Amino acid sequence: MNGRQTRIRSAGQAAIAPDTTAQESRHRWLDRRSGMSDRRRRALSSSLRAVFREAIPGGASMAYVFGSGLLYLCLSQVVTGMFLALYYVPSADHAHTTVAYITKEVQSGSFIRSLHAYGSSAIVIVLLLHVSQTFLYGAYKGRRKLVWLAGCVLFALMLGMSFTGYLLPWDQKAYFATTVGTNLLTYIPVLGGPLKSLLRGGTEMGTLTLSRFFVLHVFLLPALLLAFIAAHIFLFRRAGPAGAIPRDPETPEQSTELFYPRQVLVDFVFALLIIAGLGVLAHYSPVALGPKASPSDTQYVPRPEWYYIPVFQWLKYWESGFAIVGVLVIPAFVALLFVGLPFLDLRPERRPWKRPLSVSIYGFIFIGLGALGGISHRNDLRNPVIAGRLAKQRADVEAFMRRPFEPEAAGSSPLAALFLSPAASQGKKVFERERCTECHGADLSGTSSAPTLVGVGQKYDTGTLRSILRQPTDAMSDGGMQPVDIKEGDLTALIAFLESVK
Amino acid sequence: MNHPEQTRMGRAAAVFREDDDRLRRTPFGRRSFLGLLLGAGVASLGALLSVPLLRFLLHPLVKAKAQLSWKEIANVEDLASVTSPVKKLVQVEQRDGWRKIVLQKAVYVCRDKRGQLFALSSVCPHLGCSIAWHDEENRFVCPCHNGQFTAEGKLLGGPPPRGMDQLESKVEDGKLVVHYQSFRQLVPTKEVIA
Repeated sequence: MNGRQTRIRSAGQAAIAPDTTAQESRHRWLDRRSGMSDRRRRALSSSLRAVFREAIPGGASMAYVFGSGLLYLCLSQVVTGMFLALYYVPSADHAHTTVAYITKEVQSGSFIRSLHAYGSSAIVIVLLLHVSQTFLYGAYKGRRKLVWLAGCVLFALMLGMSFTGYLLPWDQKAYFATTVGTNLLTYIPVLGGPLKSLLRGGTEMGTLTLSRFFVLHVFLLPALLLAFIAAHIFLFRRAGPAGAIPRDPETPEQSTELFYPRQVLVDFVFALLIIAGLGVLAHYSPVALGPKASPSDTQYVPRPEWYYIPVFQWLKYWESGFAIVGVLVIPAFVALLFVGLPFLDLRPERRPWKRPLSVSIYGFIFIGLGALGGISHRNDLRNPVIAGRLAKQRADVEAFMRRPFEPEAAGSSPLAALFLSPAASQGKKVFERERCTECHGADLSGTSSAPTLVGVGQKYDTGTLRSILRQPTDAMSDGGMQPVDIKEGDLTALIAFLESVK
Repeated sequence: MNHPEQTRMGRAAAVFREDDDRLRRTPFGRRSFLGLLLGAGVASLGALLSVPLLRFLLHPLVKAKAQLSWKEIANVEDLASVTSPVKKLVQVEQRDGWRKIVLQKAVYVCRDKRGQLFALSSVCPHLGCSIAWHDEENRFVCPCHNGQFTAEGKLLGGPPPRGMDQLESKVEDGKLVVHYQSFRQLVPTKEVIA
């Protein structure tokens, strides 16, 4: 044992032997344990310095802020996402309650959730600007092919992040938008059905779907994003920035400027603009939460997030027989065209006005998507039925947001953990004695023959409850509800019980 | 073939060298000042952004105290025969983050020398064990460290720093109601903690 210790010490001494100046000894402790030699440390600090020493042909420009803006937004999403996870529970039972808790009760909860939700929209906007700038400047050409490919993967991952994150609050719009979104997979021949079931964790949407989306949103996709962001930046730094559009592609007479300080400053200003924009939006117009997902709702009109609206509108035009063309073939073709751009367009020409074909196809696709979005919006306004339902849905969301946070009763049924006053306990006995449970269920959650009575006390005041119990309305009678013919004292107790079941 | 990239890289290297020279000549030049400014900007922005995050994180610690709520124990007439302490259960609603839980807590209903009913918490002020009533010895004994109390909860002996904690109680509509609270352990005076 003694011999082994000596050997280790001598190895350590050998490692620091060549240089024993005062400054060296300061780092000796760390060096021995990290295997970091002075030479390596110097290399590390110089490579850190090199981050700011990127030479930009043509100089710093406002046009180059989008990449670093996206990097900032990703960081913001990671931080706000981690904080949201402090309170969020990914289960169909609790997801909506915990998001309501964050939104309505936790200090700054609504603000942080709004930053995260608006952040995803901001990413889509800045991403489109970043891609468009790259495209117009012809920056995907030549040595930057791989940068473009890594960027395409990042684009897809970002869309995946927003799609999976949309379900997590488990409110009406989240539930129904994801139902439609996952159903789209069935258009894929042969593999579609199994893929959908794999994503949903079964044939139907449910708590397993939420778990799967949570894992994708929080573990798998962020890990892939991180890896591809690293690859994207690494490849970009290897290839070097394309810089300004040269006047002549053969002899680019451009002076270069270092990344630091001007470009860093411009990027910083852009990040400030993003922070200010998101902060003002999140503070003055926080993201709302709708009522909890109710799968039996047949009236709900789902609408996806704004950036999926054009695709949503596009799908309306494809009759069932040709749907596969519209849903699969054309989008796949466009995606391939997009990804393969640097391999299809091999000319060194970068000036957009000398590339009329590719620029006009790109412009056409974007104008087309914008137009589809506009048409969808106009259709929703013009159809009175749809407009009415959408207005009602908005009103429902507002009404839900106005109600104070209602904590969830622990235990399996809402009655299990309910604190009952003596009058309500007596009312519970009356409820059981009068066999109300047979139709309304032992835990009042309703059966196929009668609706739930949970929350009935919030729906009607005591007087109304008393009168409709004594004399049910026509609709109630049609459903099989009998008049409650009991002593006045028992009725008071019964109402106390019903009012305590929230 | 003429490689424009090569000349570009060459020029970049020249800029590096020039930049290095300048930095070496002026230890605190325009660039270091800019860097300082930028660093300060990033730091203050980070501090500003961490305010909502900290509020969010600390929310469970600064939540407002629960409101006073009276819990019913029993009808006073049912307690007429009480001479020595009797154990009663009281249901206490508590918030557990976004959940509402109902806990059953034991309280002792006792009668003082003037014949008034009052309630004692069954939680030992020493380390929080449940105190048991021993009828034959006419005293409360804590099973953990043998703290002993009179039928009115006064400390008789053992490690507890104070007597049993009396809970606020009153008679309302012929019912004894109690305000259930928890108190800090190991201190000589009664101090509410929840």
